[in-house]
Parts: sequence; C-alpha cells; structure tokens
Amino acid sequence: MAVREATLAGLSREQLLNMHYQMVLLRRFEEKAAEEYTLGKIGGFLHLYIGQEANGVGMFSALHPDDYVLSAYREHGYAILKGIDPHAVMAELFGKATGSSKGKGGSMHMYSNEHHLIGGQAIVGAQLVMGAGVGLAIQYQGEHRIALVLFGDGAVDEGAFHEALNLASIWKLPVVFVCENNQYSMGMAVTKAWAVSSLEPRAAAYNIPYRKVDGMDALAMREAMREAREHAVNGNGPFLIESLTYRFRGHSMADPAYYRTREEEQMWKATRDPIALFEEKLKAAGIMRDEDIQATNEKVDALVEDCVRFADDSPFPDPDSLYTEVTLDGAGAIAWRNKPSTPRE
Amino acid sequence: MAKTMETTTGATNVSTVTMGKALNLALHDALQNDSRVLIFGEDVGKLGGVFRVTDGLQDEFGAERVFDTPLAEATIAATALGLAMKGFRPVAEMQFDAFSYPSFQQVTSNIAKYHTRTGGACNMQLVIRIPYGGNIGAIEQHSESPETYYIHTAGLKVVTPSTPADAYALLTAAIADPDPVIFLEPKSRYWMRQEIALPMPPAALDKARIAREGSDATVIAYGPTVQTALAAAEQAAAEGTSLEVIDLRSLSPLDMETISASVRKTRRAVVVHEAPVFMGLGAEIAARVMHDLFDVLAAPVERIGNATIPYPPARVEKLFLPDADRILEAVDRTREY
Repeated sequence: MAVREATLAGLSREQLLNMHYQMVLLRRFEEKAAEEYTLGKIGGFLHLYIGQEANGVGMFSALHPDDYVLSAYREHGYAILKGIDPHAVMAELFGKATGSSKGKGGSMHMYSNEHHLIGGQAIVGAQLVMGAGVGLAIQYQGEHRIALVLFGDGAVDEGAFHEALNLASIWKLPVVFVCENNQYSMGMAVTKAWAVSSLEPRAAAYNIPYRKVDGMDALAMREAMREAREHAVNGNGPFLIESLTYRFRGHSMADPAYYRTREEEQMWKATRDPIALFEEKLKAAGIMRDEDIQATNEKVDALVEDCVRFADDSPFPDPDSLYTEVTLDGAGAIAWRNKPSTPRE
Repeated sequence: MAKTMETTTGATNVSTVTMGKALNLALHDALQNDSRVLIFGEDVGKLGGVFRVTDGLQDEFGAERVFDTPLAEATIAATALGLAMKGFRPVAEMQFDAFSYPSFQQVTSNIAKYHTRTGGACNMQLVIRIPYGGNIGAIEQHSESPETYYIHTAGLKVVTPSTPADAYALLTAAIADPDPVIFLEPKSRYWMRQEIALPMPPAALDKARIAREGSDATVIAYGPTVQTALAAAEQAAAEGTSLEVIDLRSLSPLDMETISASVRKTRRAVVVHEAPVFMGLGAEIAARVMHDLFDVLAAPVERIGNATIPYPPARVEKLFLPDADRILEAVDRTREY
C-alpha cells in the first residue's frame, strides 16, 4: 500500500500529518515563547502547554468550527488550534497592538469572536460556570453547536466545578467538560487535592457520562471528543472527559517545580512524550517517514521565527488606547484619567 | 548574615532582611509562640508560597500547622472562620489579589459580620494575607489593589506595611488582634531590604507613621507607594521643598489624628495610591481633610493613583502607576494654587 493512501482511526494521511504538524507547532511555539520570555520580551506570566499537546490537537480535530471554546490560562495552543493566526498570538504575548486582543489581553486571555474562542481565564474555575451560560444560550437559540469547557485538575477543587456540572446536567446543556489532569494544581499533587482518584464518581454524582482518556494519545483524545460532542450536540446534555496528561515544564515560567522530582519529569518526557508517541505510531503504520518529520520541523521553525519577527516589529499599544474599550460608550465612563508625568530635570 | 549581639535589653538578633523574609520571620515566630496559630492556603506548605513568604515553615512546624489547601478560596476563608470560632488563630493566604474575589462572599458576609451578628458573642480572630499591587510586570488579576473593597466593609481591619520592619511588627500585631485583619502585602516591595532587630514589639494596628518629616506639604501614602513618596521627598528637598511623608499602615481604621496634625502644619496634602483614584481611599482622606481642616488648607487636596481602567498590561503599567514625578507635579499644584 502506498504511503499516501494509508489511514489510521479513519483519518487520511493528510489529516494525520496535519495533526502532527499542529502538535509540533504548539510545542515549538511554546519553546520559542519561553525563550522570548527569558529575554524579557513577554511580560506577566507565561504558562506553557508543552507535554499536553495531544489533548488540544486531538480534541480540536473533532470540533466543528462553530463550537465555542472556553479554557483556563494555559491556552496559547487552543487559540492557534481554533484558528487565530499564530503571529497574532505571539504579538499578544508580546503585548503588541497587533496582538489578537490588541495587546490588552495577554497570555492568559486569548479571545476571538470570529473563531468562537471565548478563551482563557486567570481565575481558576471561572470558565466552567461561564460555559454553562454559553451552553444555555446555544440551547435557547436552538443552535447545532457545543460549548467546550477546558480546565485542569485544580479547577475541580473550586465550587464552580460543582455548580457548573450540576446546572449543565439538570438543564441538559450542550457542554462538553474536559479536565486535562496534568496531576498538579501548581504545586499541589492531585492525589492530595482530590478525595477520589478520578472524576468518574463526580460525573456520576451529577448524572453526566464520563470517559477517561490517555491525554498523551491524540487519536484517543479525538475519539473521546467525537463521542462527547455527538452526545452533547444532540440534546443529551453535558459530557465529562478526564484526560491523564503531564506538563513537562513548571506551572509557569516562574515555577521551578520543587514539588516533584526530576526523575518523575524525566520518566514522562522519555516515555510518554505525545509527539514522539504519535510519530512512532504513524511510522509503524507506514504513514509517516523521517523525511516528513524533518519537513514539518523545518516548516514550523520557519513559521515560529516569523511570528517572533512579526511581534518584534509591531508597535506597542498607544497608552491612550487603554482608555478605550473599557465601557462601550467610551469617554463618559472614564471617571479618572491620568496624565503621564513629565520627568523632571 | 544574622548576628547576635548583647544589648541592655537582652539578646537581640539583628539582620538585614527582605520584606518577604520579615513576613516569614513573623509567621515563624507566631507559630513558635502560639500553638493556636495555623497557616494555610494554596501552595503555602510544600512549595513555601509563590513569593516564598512561607518558605521552610512546613518543614519546621509540620504539615499539621502549615498546610496546603485545594484551590478553593471561598473555602479557605470559611475554614479560617470555622477555626477562629474554635479558638485557633488562623492565618490564611490568598495567592494573588484577584484570587481573593472568589472568597469575597465569606469575608464580607460572614467574617466581617459575625461579631455584630452574634451580639458580640463570637469574634473573628483571624488574618487573611493578600499580596497586592502592581509594578512587578504582571497583569490584571495579579496586580490589582483591592483595598477599597475591604475598607468599605465594616467589621474588617485592613493593614499594609511598607517596610520589612513594619511587615514583621504589623503581621505580629494582626495575628494577635481579636478582629479579622485583611493583611495586604505590597508585592513590589517583597524584595526591599532593611536591617531589623528581633525580638520586636508588635506595632499598633491603628497608627500611621511619619516616614519623613517636612513642612511644605504632606504626602499621604501606604504600602507600595511609601517608597515612591520618599523618593519624591528626596528630590523635592534637592529643589528646596520640604515634604512630610505619612505611611498610613492601617487603612481601616484610618488614623485621622496623625493625618490632621501633619496637614495642619503643612496646609497642603497629596494622597497617593496604586488603586484607582475614583472612589479610592484618597477620596475619603481628601473629604475628611477638607471637612476637618477647611480653614487651614492652602490648596485642595490632590490625589494620585490609577485611572479608571482595568489594570493595564505589563508593558504600560509604569505609565499608569504613581511615580515620583507625578507626586511632585501634584505637590506643585498645591503650592501654585
């Protein structure tokens, strides 16, 4: 069988290679962002998705473009997968006027009306209850789409998790909840934070169907999302997916991860790297060759370099622009305006 | 770095510490001196806190006294309430300013009101520590100044230090105080260094401090802006203007006695904070000063702070935060009035 005709999980070679490309892009984008952060070009906090790429790529491959996405703050990858130009994502990280939110949102608050990306929340758990609201609106308007709500294991500890799941269940809202359980809410090991070892009993408590998935397997994530979306979009109510995954870096760039061992990290990186696993699988199935990997890496490297060049070359927002878009009607709502000081001689 | 020397008052431990370390020492000594003190919050135990304020405390005092909680801010606050009811002296941490908002309900509806609601039968001896303020290159929800929300709530005491020595003395006092204390820690000053001598008596929780004496105008600051005001005063002195700088320390209650005495002397006042000027603490101070000293004032009270916008992105925050130049311009306005 010729390589170009091979398939896996019902996907064409082209689709599979694209998933690989997306994973590599997310990885390289984050690695580059980390470099730029270290150079002082990115302010604030930076939470990297490195290690968790199979989750996003797998899930988003089963989404419809009309589906809404709400997430936590580890979200640059979601923005790219939902279709925002990576140049605009990088520029947003740089705080530039050409960023996807004109430099006003930053790393944790990606947003796009066009792409139905409601985006990231810095306050843990906020997106769960917001997702119930979006789900209610979808249901009200009789639309054939879902709200996908993405969160980490830490959000499960917030009251918002329970309020959102209960509400979505009793009102049968078209919401798919996905917990990317990377096993640490910053420094807190999930085994210490959770009274139960998985979300299965919690899903049962709210009468919501549940699937546990290997979050290092993009195709497994895709399959779970396909099933969950099908369930939710057809009026059967919410669905809860729990993926088991791992972030290869600290919680943010500022986190040296003292709370876990280097051996544990090494074990995951060496044996459970989602990109390496995907490459092995595709090569074993005769779908991908080393030349394909090489070509993808080169293409991604060039793109990411170009994103940085674009962000570097873009202007910062005009300070005056900070006074706009606070309230919709503008100036009247600004109760106090600062005149920048003039440095004294 | 720490050295022990004999003084007439006994063994004194003198060392140069950051504000973060001073807070750490205050927590350490509170744990050591009072078995009812418990410290908890998100990542305060094993990790030692995002800003290292609780570093090493779990190792020394054990996970029964210094412990991590799940991410559940409302529960953290309410747990402090429950512990306080049973006679413990809980010191809870909210990791960042805006992370305290999910706990707001428990703080404003329950912790602040319990003493009144029970006819004085149940006081709330607890401390909630909140790193606050900007100037660290962070972003909204990690750089906010939420003091007005708490000041506006009767039943709470709200305190903020501006120096390592005050950080130690005020936190010690807050833990010993019978009322609920919102203890605001100015993030941008966590790394400020100062020589402190321990043991140190606790500071009064309701007294402002004259940080620098002067005669031409009074600059009223607190938390992160005190150092800014002192820098402005230094520059003003070089220009021949003498500024008095007040460090409020307590935001609620407000030490109007110290403020009034100073303004009566200088006849001019500038209030400076990172929080938005609109409805900020400066508004209350300005109103009180104008009411109490109307016949004395040589100029309207000036206010410096943030604009009425969500906290600006890291790249431009310095354009919005009070700096020495803006303070001096405000002083100029009071002198040219």
